[in-house]
Amino acid sequence: MSDLSYEALARFAQQGGTLYFGLLFFAGLIYALWPRHAEDFKRLAALPLEDSEDDHVPS
Amino acid sequence: MTQISIRQDEGAPLDAVLLYIFTGVGAFAALLAAAFTQDPLFRFHAYVFLAAFVMGAAGMTAGVAYGRFKPDPGRYSDGVIRAGVIATMFWAVVAMLVGVVIAAQLSWPNLLYFPEAGWLNFGRLRPLHTSGVIFAFGGNALIATSFWVVQRTCRARLAGGVAPWFVFWGYQLFIVLAATGYLAGITQSKEYAEPEWYVDLWLAVVWVAYLLVFLGTIWKRKEPHIYVANWFYLAFIITIAILHIVNNMALPVGLLNHRSYSVYAGVQDALVQWWYGHNAVGFFLTAGFLGMMYYFVPKRAERPVYSYRLSIVHFWSLIFIYIWAGPHHLHYTALPQWTQTLGATFSIMLWMPSWGGMINGLMTLSGAWDKLRTDPVIRMMVVALAFYGMSTFEGPLMSLREVNALSHYTDWTIGHVHSGALGWVGFISFGAVYCMVPWLWKKDRLYSNQLVEWHFWIATTGILLYIAAMWVSGIMEGLMWREYTPQGFLANSFVETVAAKHIENIIRTLGGLMYLSGAVIMSYNLWRTVRMPGHEAQPQGASSLPAFVAAE
Ligand code: HEM
Ligand code: HEM
Repeated sequence: MSDLSYEALARFAQQGGTLYFGLLFFAGLIYALWPRHAEDFKRLAALPLEDSEDDHVPS
Repeated sequence: MTQISIRQDEGAPLDAVLLYIFTGVGAFAALLAAAFTQDPLFRFHAYVFLAAFVMGAAGMTAGVAYGRFKPDPGRYSDGVIRAGVIATMFWAVVAMLVGVVIAAQLSWPNLLYFPEAGWLNFGRLRPLHTSGVIFAFGGNALIATSFWVVQRTCRARLAGGVAPWFVFWGYQLFIVLAATGYLAGITQSKEYAEPEWYVDLWLAVVWVAYLLVFLGTIWKRKEPHIYVANWFYLAFIITIAILHIVNNMALPVGLLNHRSYSVYAGVQDALVQWWYGHNAVGFFLTAGFLGMMYYFVPKRAERPVYSYRLSIVHFWSLIFIYIWAGPHHLHYTALPQWTQTLGATFSIMLWMPSWGGMINGLMTLSGAWDKLRTDPVIRMMVVALAFYGMSTFEGPLMSLREVNALSHYTDWTIGHVHSGALGWVGFISFGAVYCMVPWLWKKDRLYSNQLVEWHFWIATTGILLYIAAMWVSGIMEGLMWREYTPQGFLANSFVETVAAKHIENIIRTLGGLMYLSGAVIMSYNLWRTVRMPGHEAQPQGASSLPAFVAAE
């Protein structure tokens, strides 16, 4: 129990946290920049323009 | 066989029956609480609960009797969105009116001080204003638009049967409990989290139901991708759930007593509170409204999102950075200094994703810039983005310790708040509501574009008056507080610094009154729109287009 000092815990939270969030962010970045997704993104960018304002759910 | 199917047709769906039972049990529990409590304030709220549950049960009785709860899977559930739009405008006017009242109290403190009526004092009305605009106006706008956007972009009806209606009415009950509580003097004194433990529990139930309805709709979706606006809404819903539960951890004095004590103490309490407070800004007042932006701006401009790629980077960077910025509210406190530096650093980093999002929204108009001139609704949303850019530039600046030493506690903060709140949150919501009302009530257009123009110009002038006055008074009082005489004494007493900003306070009141007038004009315009003959009333085949189009 004594080796889990405040300093050790803080270091773990700071360094581990930086690493964890850094990696997650880069995963998101790679997904966004992946060339094969460009086609999908083009369609998705126009998604709000496709839907209807009336209340019929398209089948 | 036929008999069974007829009986099934006549019966109410299971979720409606369960909710019906819930209202009955709830009413009984509230009655018991009112009967046995020794605490008059708690009894008052038990009566509010009782009234709400009785009205809920009465409504459910009528609904079940007339078969109103039969879902129609071929149609989107728009009824709850219509209710949400009405609630949005109602609370907007009420909460901004309270804003004008407290602004007038700060301008004429002697005239508007009522020692006999405690509930009319600034200390009670201020949280009524802040919760009213953020949670009642902003929250209803977010819930209503999120229900619209998630159905349309997922091509699926809202999940959960009557659950969306439970979310709507449950949320209104939360607002009424919070508002009446503040006036009666019930508060746990945490800014933006003033309601006491039992109201917090109620909101937690409603919010989890909201999350489940939203997730369930995404789960049913027919569109394989989850459109980016839904990511922002989902981040807003999940984060608010976590923030709300963690920040409000408390032990009640008794199960029939309104008072409670937070489980946190000292500097931990402060840090948790401002971790909550800042992310209420980041996820309630920003992420949710960005979801609104990513749907309604392209829709209204009839242009695709400028860069979908950027929107993904925008999303993840905003989410990861906002969470850490809270300590900039606690500069020069007992909080360890490295934590303050961390908060400031992340606030500076926030500038980038914020402006990335703003640019993405603005550039969506490329190729349609002429609409700025012709369409006051899109102009409103563009000005919202401009104010978003302004307040997210000012925020990182104020998060530096050196700048914060001047701005903290002054009207500068109030100016910053309202450039974000009136400019960004208010205008993007107004824009979205202007878009949705003709769709929801099946009209071809708004009643009057001219009135939208009036709304736009009056409100914009109001914002400028408000924030300009606050910059002047904020920097002035900040400088006056730190002014020393040659002998080393403070040069000004506090009350002198208050008196010095009398004129600015009056200008702010005027600006706020103009902004409120805009909202009243808007409500009138929307009401007239709803009362116009709809396009469904026209005979089949008749086109609303002028005849000469066909002759071309
Ligand atoms: C990059 C974005 C932003 C940053 C870094 C930021 C930073 C700050 C800072 C440093 C303060 C002053 C804290 C103090 O001295 O007590 C503050 C206050 C505040 N900001 Fe922002 N801000 C940002 C964006 C926004 C936006 C867009 C809104 C509203 C829509 C907003 C709403 C508020 C509110 C309500 C307060 C007052 C909190 C209180 O009650 O003390 N902020 N912000
Ligand atoms: C008619 C328009 C409005 C007027 C006249 C107004 C007026 C005021 C006043 C007088 C205060 C107290 C300032 C102080 O204690 O020194 C205040 C605080 C505040 N208002 Fe407004 N307000 C308006 C609209 C809004 C809107 C639309 C929002 C949010 C969407 C908003 C959010 C806030 C917040 C968060 C605070 C607390 C700021 C802090 O503690 O730092 N207000 N408002």
